[in-house]
Amino acid sequence: MERILLPQEGLAVVVKRDCPTCRLIEPVLERLAGGPGGLAVLSQDDPGFPAAVQGVVDDTELEHSFRLGIETVPTLLCFEGGKEAGRAVGWNRADWRELTSMPDLGAELPEFQPGCGSRSVEPGAAERLRARFGKTGIEARRVALQPHADAVEACFERGWTDGLPVVPPTPERILRMLAGTHRTPGEVVGAVPPDYADCTVEKVAINAVLAGCKPEYMPVLLAALDAALDPGFTLHGILCSTCFTAPLIIVNGPVAGRIGMNAGLNVLGQGNRANATIGRALNLIVRNVGGGRPGEIDRATFGAPSKYTFCFAEDESDEEWEPLSVSRGLPRGASAVTLFQGEGVQGIMDQRSRTPEELTASLAACLLAVCHPKICEWAHAVLLLSPEHYAIYREAGWGRARITEALLEATTRPLSEVARGAEGLAEGVPDSEARRRVPKFPPGGLLLVRAGGAAGLYSAILAGWPGGRAWQHSHPITREIEP
Amino acid sequence: MTVSTAASPATPAAILHDPTSELAPEMRPRRAAPPSLEGRVVALQGIGKQRSDEFLDHVKTRLEARGIATIRTDKPTNARRAPTGLLQRIATEADVVVQALAD
Repeated sequence: MERILLPQEGLAVVVKRDCPTCRLIEPVLERLAGGPGGLAVLSQDDPGFPAAVQGVVDDTELEHSFRLGIETVPTLLCFEGGKEAGRAVGWNRADWRELTSMPDLGAELPEFQPGCGSRSVEPGAAERLRARFGKTGIEARRVALQPHADAVEACFERGWTDGLPVVPPTPERILRMLAGTHRTPGEVVGAVPPDYADCTVEKVAINAVLAGCKPEYMPVLLAALDAALDPGFTLHGILCSTCFTAPLIIVNGPVAGRIGMNAGLNVLGQGNRANATIGRALNLIVRNVGGGRPGEIDRATFGAPSKYTFCFAEDESDEEWEPLSVSRGLPRGASAVTLFQGEGVQGIMDQRSRTPEELTASLAACLLAVCHPKICEWAHAVLLLSPEHYAIYREAGWGRARITEALLEATTRPLSEVARGAEGLAEGVPDSEARRRVPKFPPGGLLLVRAGGAAGLYSAILAGWPGGRAWQHSHPITREIEP
Repeated sequence: MTVSTAASPATPAAILHDPTSELAPEMRPRRAAPPSLEGRVVALQGIGKQRSDEFLDHVKTRLEARGIATIRTDKPTNARRAPTGLLQRIATEADVVVQALAD
């Protein structure tokens, strides 16, 4: 391919055959090209167009259109001394006559006809052209693949994946991802354990590409990472622990609807891109930026599927329900993430309870199993209420606060039942405790969330990290999502 | 009007950008040799070159005289990468590989 260095003096025009306006002005182009000053014609889609002009420049690769910043075709450009001195966009007879100094130009044409969009600004083209012909500004180390190398396999070979294929982080994909946030690429979000390496917005974007995120997920992901890096979340401990835990992201507010998150049917399951990839991206950041890889610093005995991804939105369709983020101090209408140290899913089936008291007793009995029925105040838990279970509370006028209070009371037991050795079980609370009654959960340790499909008298427990005696230092974190 | 031309740069190779903290070098370092072969299994790998058998037989005799276990593996041809099954066998059955590279 030959690269045109545009005329030092004179006229150039960018056209495409697919544009009706470009076809309309073919006679004008022919006249200008045959005139004393000539005309450089650059065609975006067909070097044979216009047929009456010789030496049309092939710009099907769009390099010239990109470098000239063409947004509309036709665009007529006038150069003086090697610099652009003026341009006319679309067909505007007066403008073209002025630029060409030809007062009778296009007399047979209408005065005005708008042009068409340049191929260089079609969706996805801008980033691709910038990556190929411009300066990307991406600071991350470039990895040039061998000819014919499979990019997905190259990512596996470099250890960038969680075991599933990732989307190769090409410059154009990274640029597109960065467009999803107002934050500058070089801004440091925080230091990611266990290596405590600085993580920039650009690294977040690269890992978001790997995970399969869309650019509009970036604000959620950035807020989730910010929350995960709060010392109170103890990400280092969660990662290095022998336990099952991984970051669980619960999204509240209008952003969930805007990016199409799932809060309903199969909410914890597969099939929703935002749910799947935001959670995955956070775990990939921990792996790639933080250096937290299984078998190395990640010493999980079993691990859990949640270590791939664990992210969903709360169902806020009932205005009487106080959303989780509001219960944690944010105003209604604010978008937010709550990061929880979650593990797997323990389903609860109760199809017999019809009163809030019956259901509370039933849910409490199941919640006692978190960690171990006799271990108390070690782990937090999220209790997911399905619409049908919630309806039992709602019909009785019970909201978040009352349900939570009732569950905490129902999960508080006499020391004689939970002391080590009691009930024939060695595990339990030290019997040196002075208290007579022992709560199952530490203060603030039970979070209620509404989610799930319309049918099913179920709830679900998402048990938390048994940070053990250090529970005061490890707790869920809520962050407002910046627009 | 003048129009000048210049050669455009060649089509670039596929470029990715590193998602890691870049604390590790781009090229993976070679694993360090074990301090001793005692208690380890050595794979004696022919790559399809002539006389590799002769060389590997000699190494096998020397190793086994020292009580070091060996297995024998062979690439079908030196013109291609080792098949996956062979790599997996070496990875699961051996700790060290000696390859007979030259004729």
